[in-house]
Amino acid sequence: MQAFKNKGDRLRIKKDRIFYGFVIFFALLTVSPLILIVFKLVREGIGQINFDFFTQNQPNTFQAMVAIKNGETIPGGIANGIVGTLLMVVLASVMAIPVGVLTGVYLSENQNSRFASMVGSISDVLQGVPSIVLGVISYLWIVKHVTNGYSALAGSTSLAIMMLPLIVRSTEETLKMIPVSYKEAAFALGVPYHRVILKVLLPSSLSGLLTGILLSLSRILGETAPLMLTALGSSMINLDITQPTSAVPLLIWEFYNNPNMVSLIWSSSLFLMGLVLFFNIIAKRMAKKWKIQ
Amino acid sequence: MNEAIISIDSPLLSIEKVSISYDSGNPAVKDVSAGVKKNSITAIMGPSGCSKSTLLRAINRMHELYPNTQVEGKISLDSQNIFEMSPIELRRRIGMVFQHPNPFPTMSIYDNVIAGYKLNGIKLKKSRKDEIVEKSLQEVTLWEEVKDALFKKGTFLSGGQQQRLCIARALAFKPDIILLDEPTSALDPIATTKIEDLLVELKNDYTIVMVTHNMSQAARISDYSMFMYLGELIEYGKTKILFSNPVDKRTEAYLTGKFG
Repeated sequence: MQAFKNKGDRLRIKKDRIFYGFVIFFALLTVSPLILIVFKLVREGIGQINFDFFTQNQPNTFQAMVAIKNGETIPGGIANGIVGTLLMVVLASVMAIPVGVLTGVYLSENQNSRFASMVGSISDVLQGVPSIVLGVISYLWIVKHVTNGYSALAGSTSLAIMMLPLIVRSTEETLKMIPVSYKEAAFALGVPYHRVILKVLLPSSLSGLLTGILLSLSRILGETAPLMLTALGSSMINLDITQPTSAVPLLIWEFYNNPNMVSLIWSSSLFLMGLVLFFNIIAKRMAKKWKIQ
Repeated sequence: MNEAIISIDSPLLSIEKVSISYDSGNPAVKDVSAGVKKNSITAIMGPSGCSKSTLLRAINRMHELYPNTQVEGKISLDSQNIFEMSPIELRRRIGMVFQHPNPFPTMSIYDNVIAGYKLNGIKLKKSRKDEIVEKSLQEVTLWEEVKDALFKKGTFLSGGQQQRLCIARALAFKPDIILLDEPTSALDPIATTKIEDLLVELKNDYTIVMVTHNMSQAARISDYSMFMYLGELIEYGKTKILFSNPVDKRTEAYLTGKFG
């Protein structure tokens, strides 16, 4: 430690420590919102979460009012929202995944093509389109002309458009990382092009594809604005895709607008955030575990 | 007739006036003609960038992967023009092994061996598949090492084992010719020796054309050697003669380490 005796060295170490302290401080600042949110949601929402919360439809204002007056927890749950969200997310996935994956394959296979790079840029722009605008468009296309009324189909269409660019780019990026040698190995065995894609490239990039899909799902799970214009909401469980349907974020908005239902906001938000975090964590895990050597 | 290039009697594979160019610019391979003798090992040597791999890849039409590549001239297998054969038929008869071992990462060892059948959608009976897998792995002396782990991923094997697996994958089709593109350049010396011994063994049943960076490898195992320089075939002859008594000055310079 002889070297550190000198004054310049000690000053330098001091500066180092101060800088280190700053870095830690800002790192804590970055994670603190999430911690505060989780803390608040759990504290306010956990009391409302019970078996009924997942199996019962939303209560009406009268039930909520009575419960509040008697100092009880509000009866009912958000089953209609959970089912609606699942229905629309599945429907959106069915629409977006095949289109997105195939577009991603096209982009990664034709990196020098002008048209492909145009498609790529347009898909990037699509990602920047505000979700409310997608809601408006989906209203115009589906609500007005296909289902002639608010519907789950219209809701999932807007969600599918939101998913598309994420899936396209993640598919493209994953496929680009697959060494060209696998492709060549398959070609050298006489395998035709479409089979190389389907049987070699896509399976080898499965983890990347699934990660992209899960991240895009967690992105749309909480979307509210486009659903307001398209799915509208419903107080009952609805499985008919041509009918108005509820969703968890729509319910949160509804509860917010009803002074009697405030405590349901916290529990629904807790549930929604839990779901999104769950998808996120699975996606991260999967990306790690299935990594191709 | 160029005296530096010998002609082969009744060649299994014959390359006639082949030129290959990328992006219609300067040809990478210029007017190469050569025959390949059956049941022999033919080595293609030359300094980096002399287009030896480019020439090799023309033999099983791998260039079709890249639409900007143009191949002129004629290549025939058993006096059949390869450009008139279907790619699948051609590649069943001419297998290829690459520089870096590339077993399919999603497949087991077993599936990797029969990947050519599987990926082409050719249905085989279980017993036939077992037979092909065992035979091919035995041919590459991998059977004893992996027979208890056939359903593990091929990527768990060592580099040398992976490369032998890749050779087995090519052999599973019972090809006439196996093309190897610097098959040992990514391997350690022990694995390299194993592959070299294996190739010498395999030439009894197959015809081998290999690109190699490694002169001594060519000298050790090949029967015929080609020396390419700047896209041209400079010299082609029996390995023993070419190494001991090269005709062309450039071959001599390369062999004595003056460039390369």
